[in-house]
Amino acid sequence: MGMTITEKILAAHAGKDRVEPGELINSKVDIVLGNDVTAPVAIKEFEKIGVPDVFDKEKVVLIPDHFTPNKDIKSAEQAKMLREFAKKQGLTNYFEVGRMGIEHCLLPEQGIVLPGDVIIGADSHTCTYGALGAFSTGSGSTDMAAAMAAGEAWFKVPESIKFVFNGEELPEWVGGKDLILYAIGDIGVDGALYEAMEFTGPAIRNLSMDGRFTMANMAVEAGAKSGIIAPDQTTVDYVEARAKRPYKIYNSDDDAKYEKVIEYDVADIEPQVAFPHLPENTKPISEVGTVEIDQAVIGSCTNGRMEDLRIAAKVLQGHEVHPDVRLVIFPGTQTIYKQAMKEGLFDIFVDAGAAVSTPTCGPCLGGHMGILAKGERAIATTNRNFVGRMGHPESEVYLSNPAVAAASAILGRIVSPQEVK
Amino acid sequence: MEFQGKAWKFGADVDTDAIIPARYLNTFDPAELALHCMEDADPDFPNKVKQGDIIVADKNFGCGSSREHAPICIKAAGVSCVIAKSYGRIFYRNSFNIGLPILESPEAVDGITEGDEIKVDVDNGVIYNVTTGKSFKSTAIPPFMQELIDAGGLINFVRGRMKR
Repeated sequence: MGMTITEKILAAHAGKDRVEPGELINSKVDIVLGNDVTAPVAIKEFEKIGVPDVFDKEKVVLIPDHFTPNKDIKSAEQAKMLREFAKKQGLTNYFEVGRMGIEHCLLPEQGIVLPGDVIIGADSHTCTYGALGAFSTGSGSTDMAAAMAAGEAWFKVPESIKFVFNGEELPEWVGGKDLILYAIGDIGVDGALYEAMEFTGPAIRNLSMDGRFTMANMAVEAGAKSGIIAPDQTTVDYVEARAKRPYKIYNSDDDAKYEKVIEYDVADIEPQVAFPHLPENTKPISEVGTVEIDQAVIGSCTNGRMEDLRIAAKVLQGHEVHPDVRLVIFPGTQTIYKQAMKEGLFDIFVDAGAAVSTPTCGPCLGGHMGILAKGERAIATTNRNFVGRMGHPESEVYLSNPAVAAASAILGRIVSPQEVK
Repeated sequence: MEFQGKAWKFGADVDTDAIIPARYLNTFDPAELALHCMEDADPDFPNKVKQGDIIVADKNFGCGSSREHAPICIKAAGVSCVIAKSYGRIFYRNSFNIGLPILESPEAVDGITEGDEIKVDVDNGVIYNVTTGKSFKSTAIPPFMQELIDAGGLINFVRGRMKR
């Protein structure tokens, strides 16, 4: 019996020839990540273990991105804890405001996470790096602390579900976001609980790295432990220029065992909108009806990459944001910010009447920089539309791709980009 | 470990944003977090909950964000244990790591009404509804997780391993 890509990566990191789903293993980790919300708790727990140093100062990554630039005094204290710990430990991968980015955009861009790695991060969207063909999963702060000390983490080897996206070409205005929302709408928010979601098929092979990151990013919204896409030439082209250490490419065997195989034809997939208050409440854009909005948010670890900004600019060019709508745009990293500036995208955004922000997780989790008042409604390219996610518990968040969010900002209600004349 | 307390019932897919909204994550002080425990699922919960009470929830409790602040605030609010049909996986792991007892039992969840008095024997996985006189079994805790509990949580477990 063959193994899945996930089983192969975990076996290699546990020093075993093979592993079986359900087996508990102790695995070496290549990267341990934390941010300004989760790392302060981890640092406090790390200090209780009683070892002076982290296991490897190049492999512990700290990114102050959630409430930064510091939104209040308490947040400033938490960010300060990260800064001081990074200095004391001599961490090489600490990224300060002005040089940082949203963690899940920044780590792949900087070549910190690579194919074949095992990565844990005290942030649920750590599953993003599965797009590179790595095993990558979110954990809590205590797991992060233990991994910072030991360079290891324990895992239950997950079963895998294989998602095959058939069809060579995506319909107009459909991207990675729509494929993953469609899958979550199909299987539900616990449809892949404790499992690995493996994305394959011709449509995935034709998808850009940016689109793949978006898909793996939202695996956790189906309850999954990880999302993964086997590396191909697209992955290698992306990684080659960035990697500063060796990496290994794994593939699933033809006779690997899956808990189930789910097939979709991308020709059936329209741009998707997830209605409040769960990512599984999806509808195709043609069935949305009239939903007026107060705010549109384009960015985040889900859709804050170059391709996303280019799509938004394509829709916004020559148009103005609806008078009753605030459009806020968040590039994922400083590199993306600069590239967008160079390509003239900021001219398009600002001329349209949008606010462009420095990279931050801010509005996505209701932290700062775009909080909703009671009764307000937003369309967002982010990953969660839970109660109160972006502000007041009686506000609403609708999830979509960047093209739909940009078009909705122009017309003041949730629409297909095709409606923008 | 045995607990007895009053049941507070919640529905399916209660996410960690509802358990502890991100607007309070600029602190990790358990007592401060406890003041907002379950606030976006039931705004009155922090005022109503009493020491030893038990949260009883439907499927996928604690889905969403990895914030350890979620089990921390539940524990600090005085909740003795959580019973649910299933859990978000990071929440499940975090609860063991910080020492919040959590049990999985679809039958118990369906057999408990809000306000029932519940007795829980964590070690033997027995949930007894004192109000109705019915008793239920919970899913067995995997041996490795039991080892973590016996060591006094993940940090103690790792400390032991690193000394060896």
